[in-house]
Amino acid sequence: MENNTFFSGLKAGMSIAIGYFPVALTFGLLAKTAGLSMIEATAMSIFVYAGASQYIALSLIADAVNPLLIVMNTFVVNIRHFLMTASLSEKLKPEKRWIKAIYSFGITDESFSMLATSKNKKITTAFTFGVTLIAYGSWVIFTAVGHVVGANLPLFLQAAMSIALFAMFVGLLVPSMKGNRKVVMLATIAAAIHCFFYFTELLSTGWAILVATLISSVFVEFIYAKHRKTSELIYSREGE
Amino acid sequence: MGPAYWWMLFGMALVTYIPRMIPLTFLEGKELPPIISGILRNIPYAVLGALIFPGILFVQEGNILFGIIGAGAAFLIAILGGGVMSVVLGTIGVLAVYSLFM
Repeated sequence: MENNTFFSGLKAGMSIAIGYFPVALTFGLLAKTAGLSMIEATAMSIFVYAGASQYIALSLIADAVNPLLIVMNTFVVNIRHFLMTASLSEKLKPEKRWIKAIYSFGITDESFSMLATSKNKKITTAFTFGVTLIAYGSWVIFTAVGHVVGANLPLFLQAAMSIALFAMFVGLLVPSMKGNRKVVMLATIAAAIHCFFYFTELLSTGWAILVATLISSVFVEFIYAKHRKTSELIYSREGE
Repeated sequence: MGPAYWWMLFGMALVTYIPRMIPLTFLEGKELPPIISGILRNIPYAVLGALIFPGILFVQEGNILFGIIGAGAAFLIAILGGGVMSVVLGTIGVLAVYSLFM
């Protein structure tokens, strides 16, 4: 229980908040150059809260693309969250529906990865709120700050910080990979498929991540399904 | 930007929120077949793989070496047992030094 409190959630979410800092700052800065006011830019971070699609929206706004198309694009880029929250629902402690409806707003690539790889077998509502609140706060606040001061950050630091979110993903993935061939396979196959879509330009990033994740998860599960038949009893007990 | 911006924002917020909310509020308590719940349990690791590659290599447009050094530093720190925070700050540190001197 000790590691499942609101405060430990805040602590775990701190690395997300740090990772969001440069990304939100840059978003605020770019929003300014795309012609959005500080209110408009910050409102996007408050109400949409999805980094990649917000960046894409900015470039489309700058190109004066039809707003309806921007909305559709946002949907395509963010539909992957459906997979994530479906996957997460098993790991979350039972909770009232309307409370889940509130914190589901805070599920991003980063908070999902953090919650899903958490050592806690079941995650409490308090822990989830801790992780999502500090991340969300960082995203919103630093969007506004970026709109005001972003350009003043030294260039070499801006460049270095662009790696932050990826470094966080690595930091979340690697510990689970150690001594677990299934995790290594899952990550490697999904990465390879995404690379394939990236270089062939067959799918846009949002779809590519979705499809790569699905293929890898299904494929690896079927390989291990054979193995499971032999140890069905152990598995079904573990799943209780 | 006029009212059109705020309508667009409303649409973006809606289509982003719905895929986040539906599974969490409607899946709970449903007994899923083992193969499905197995697949769902795989998703975090597959997502991480797809999120990291190839994106990490291209964080600086036109400078793939930057991405390679960043990826190398991140994996090295993580393999050596650094927590998430030290991986993030360590990698930023390595790249800050790199971009300061390049």
